[in-house]
Amino acid sequence: MNGSIEILANGRPLHVAPGMTVAAALLNAGIAGFRTSVAGEPRGPLCGMGICQECRVTINDRLQERSCLVLVEAGMRIETDTMSRRV
Amino acid sequence: MFDADLKESDRYAIAVIGAGPAGIAAATVAAESGQRVILIDECPAPGGQIWRHAAQRSREGAARRWVTRLERSTATVRTGAAVIDIRRLGDANFQLHTVRQGVGSTLRASRVVLATGARELFLPFPGWTLPGVIGVGAAQALLKSGVSVRDQRVVIAGSGPLLFPVAAALRRAGARLQLVAEQAESSAVFRFGLGLWAQPAVLAQAIRYRAGFLKSPYRTGTWIKAAEGKSSLQRVTMTNGEKLWTIECDLLCAAFGLVPNAELARLAGCRLQDGFVAIDKHQETSIEGVYAAGEPTGIGGVDLALAEGSLAGYSAAGRSDEAREWVLRCEEQRGYVAKLTSGFQLRPELKQLAAAETVVCRCEDVRLGAINPEWTMRQAKLYTRAGMGPCQGRVCGAALQHLYGWTPEVPHAPVEPVPVSALL
Repeated sequence: MNGSIEILANGRPLHVAPGMTVAAALLNAGIAGFRTSVAGEPRGPLCGMGICQECRVTINDRLQERSCLVLVEAGMRIETDTMSRRV
Repeated sequence: MFDADLKESDRYAIAVIGAGPAGIAAATVAAESGQRVILIDECPAPGGQIWRHAAQRSREGAARRWVTRLERSTATVRTGAAVIDIRRLGDANFQLHTVRQGVGSTLRASRVVLATGARELFLPFPGWTLPGVIGVGAAQALLKSGVSVRDQRVVIAGSGPLLFPVAAALRRAGARLQLVAEQAESSAVFRFGLGLWAQPAVLAQAIRYRAGFLKSPYRTGTWIKAAEGKSSLQRVTMTNGEKLWTIECDLLCAAFGLVPNAELARLAGCRLQDGFVAIDKHQETSIEGVYAAGEPTGIGGVDLALAEGSLAGYSAAGRSDEAREWVLRCEEQRGYVAKLTSGFQLRPELKQLAAAETVVCRCEDVRLGAINPEWTMRQAKLYTRAGMGPCQGRVCGAALQHLYGWTPEVPHAPVEPVPVSALL
């Protein structure tokens, strides 16, 4: 592990190991609900491999990114639950 | 979207989709045969699920050998990119549309190898949508991508040989395994164990895996009944058909085997047989110039995937001498696989787990009670929006196929949700 990098999750700074996915960084920070379903239920990662779309979050203003497929990068801004918040 | 002016650099002899073992082998041997090859995968690095993120860690022997060989070959590797469309052009070439970080691009290839892997079969049960309920392979994937499970209480409920390595990996990562539940009866697991005697290396590996979680209970004939919790998982109810009991836990890994990722094959018009992509003995599908290798042609594991990928790569590159040799190796591997996977049949009780209010389609929150078993998948889509969400029926389609015997719909492009800007 080459030190750690800082990312922002819902505005909160997190120090994470480079090489991990955004999904892993969020789960390790105790964030279980990544999005809110159309009926208002909290949802988090299910398949871990890019199939189920349950781990979608906003990454650097790109909506609906599958967090299990994206690696953390220094300065990355991540917002969970963005679709329900805009309503 | 599909008529972009193509640069010469966007033209390839062979495009390989999916960079797991099958795709890595296909791309590597085709490039080594002098073909201009591109290998495309959604993940950040080649390796697929089994060798996931292998680039950052000390890899097991075969993974290291193959990834190194791929890197030394002339194959272009495009990671983080999803293939959202494949179509045959008038001149018999194939046009592929890919999207990477919201940006679309188009490429052309004379031949295509589909090595799109498999996903887990998820069956709905009360509480399965709670955060903290994940798949079995999902646990492996999330561990490899950096998730910490230290001191977390974990229950595994599923079926098949995958339970063993996942249980061992969770234990090694510091999880407190409360129960590993195999839904099949002990006789099936026993037959699986007997089948392993023919392959001492695999048997030794299975024993190492079991030793890796010896202190945790492993029960056959036991399955998940329900998960509960407020905003995330707090406890599960298990059953062996006679009694119910509750286990407090933080993480439940529940999935019931693997189903092939056949969306691109179906979009390309390839014929399926019993749910898998039909191939001839050289891995060519019913569409001339389109080959398939690995799990889409039948769940067979890493050794068969490497053999099929090598065969597909040589076949697509027109190297018939090498291909002939790999035809035999594939046949040999398939013999082993058939022995190992028989017996883990899913019990009928698993079709009865979901209640009327249980969500079946997680994207659109369609509940079981809204779905008429007499319908087709198309009717369910039209009447309830089941299968119409971002996963495009990859989760609920497979579940409904298992529950009601429905045939999943033929996918439409784009086969992944993409921003409109990527299509312009």
